[in-house]
Amino acid sequence: MSELFVDQLSIFLENKEGRMLNTLDIIEKLSINIRALSIADTSEFGILRLIVDNPVKVKEELEKHDFIVKITKVLAVSISDEPGGLNKILRILDKHDINLEYLYAFVEQTTYDAIVLLKLENMDDGLKVLKEEDADIIPPEEIYTI
Amino acid sequence: MIWDKDIECMSSEDMQELQLKRLQDVVYKAFNEVPYYHKRYSEENVYPEDIQTLDDIEKLPFTTKTDLRASYPFGLFAVDQKEIVEIHTSSGTTGKPTVSGYTREDIDIWSEVVARGLTMMGIDENDIIQNTHGYGLFTGGFGVHYGGQKIGATVIPISTGQTLRQIELMKDFKTTMIIFTPSYGLHIAEELDAMGIKPSDLNLKAIGFGSESWTEEMRKQIEDKFKTPAYNIYGLTEVIGPGVAMECEQQEGLHIYEDHFYPEIIDSKTLKHVPEGKTGELVLTTLTRVGMPIIRFRTHDVTSIHRGRCGCGRTFVKMDRITGRTDDMLKIKGVSVFPSQIEKALLSVEGVEPHYQIILTRPDILDQIEVKVEASPEIFFDNIKELVGIRDKLAQAIHDEIGLRVNVTLVEPKTIDRVDSGKAVRVIDKREK
Repeated sequence: MSELFVDQLSIFLENKEGRMLNTLDIIEKLSINIRALSIADTSEFGILRLIVDNPVKVKEELEKHDFIVKITKVLAVSISDEPGGLNKILRILDKHDINLEYLYAFVEQTTYDAIVLLKLENMDDGLKVLKEEDADIIPPEEIYTI
Repeated sequence: MIWDKDIECMSSEDMQELQLKRLQDVVYKAFNEVPYYHKRYSEENVYPEDIQTLDDIEKLPFTTKTDLRASYPFGLFAVDQKEIVEIHTSSGTTGKPTVSGYTREDIDIWSEVVARGLTMMGIDENDIIQNTHGYGLFTGGFGVHYGGQKIGATVIPISTGQTLRQIELMKDFKTTMIIFTPSYGLHIAEELDAMGIKPSDLNLKAIGFGSESWTEEMRKQIEDKFKTPAYNIYGLTEVIGPGVAMECEQQEGLHIYEDHFYPEIIDSKTLKHVPEGKTGELVLTTLTRVGMPIIRFRTHDVTSIHRGRCGCGRTFVKMDRITGRTDDMLKIKGVSVFPSQIEKALLSVEGVEPHYQIILTRPDILDQIEVKVEASPEIFFDNIKELVGIRDKLAQAIHDEIGLRVNVTLVEPKTIDRVDSGKAVRVIDKREK
């Protein structure tokens, strides 16, 4: 497993009032900051995905509150915050037939770059081609402490 | 070991002779001592002398829960109230409870049958039985208690609830047998897991469970969680309490203590006997009970019975695990469905926990079935497609089992009510009656 993979928390949530707030309240009490967040949902349930600076601690705390939490590996790639920035990365994946499961992105305030988090069907192959094509991969330590 | 070899391994000819004699006695006594039976039998023009063979039992009218309620409180006692040393009642969720009265001899019978059953499960005077069944009007607690005392085991009368205390005592007292309802057992298993206690840290060698319907899959889960064999206990307050039938180490059905409780299986529509081995409603007659003889009681429990010598050496007739109740049977879109069928389907999918609830609604004219199932780490993936796949797989498994389309909803863990005591609410029927 490459050290360049970022630990993401995937949390099972029912799609109903207050569930999201309830989850984030628990994290707030730990004084842990959320770096990035995305939600995938259906009408009944969804997956809350979070990047935090101490994933193991948050997982343990959420599990104490009966949440189902898994740690999933994702890749963080820096892209220029301009039209077509993301396309460059997607073209690399497309060229090498690497399937994308999902992605979400956020803009970094200090450098004005954007960061995209990628979940690929084959993470190892994906990492290999992104490296070969000189994509700017951000190691987990940096992501957790942005 | 066999508690009473003479009785438990008796030839079927001898058993039938004994049963006929006892049946004649109990019918005679009921007719003469209990006004309810006197009136009923006179109305039906059937009398004690009409019982010449065991099959003649079919001539007698059934006794139902409604009949018992109509005789509330003491109308079915065959003896003076001063002879009654203990009273239990069944839960009175739909009106008055039904009362069950015991003489000293009846308590002895109850102790005896449970003693036989505990022995079947490999329990003896060296064992420590933690009895989580409630002590009180409910028969579960006392039945196990009396049987445990009879064999000389050490009984911990802890009742249901206080799960952390249960676990503490289980460890400190080195409990070797625990008695629970399947849903409470699962609750204890969850707590053990949360506390990081493994089955190997405990001294359990047998689990006895009853008073709730369950599936074979549920048994496997419980056995797996506790790494201990789990045995079935069957009984009902109206007849005596737990100990009407119990399971031996073969785990292939429950031996009915037929020298005390005479079983029949009827078709609940025609009310006639079904051929041996066929499924139907269990009807029971107490052959020896003194204080309150119960003749042809309709249990509404669905099972079948089988004769022949068991692998354990006993000849007592065996009944299958209760697969449903004729009255908890749900009619959905005209189809008969037992909650146990839905449970079986859910548990056929790897990683699914038996925490579910069936919700019936009728938004327009058609019934809708929603089955809420708690998600578990084993069936959670960081991928919506896979989660939807699990949900669809569950719906398909239920469809294969009951032939109806259902909406399966995955819900968060521990969101389906499971009270620390008592029985899980499996069905919520919101349809207008």
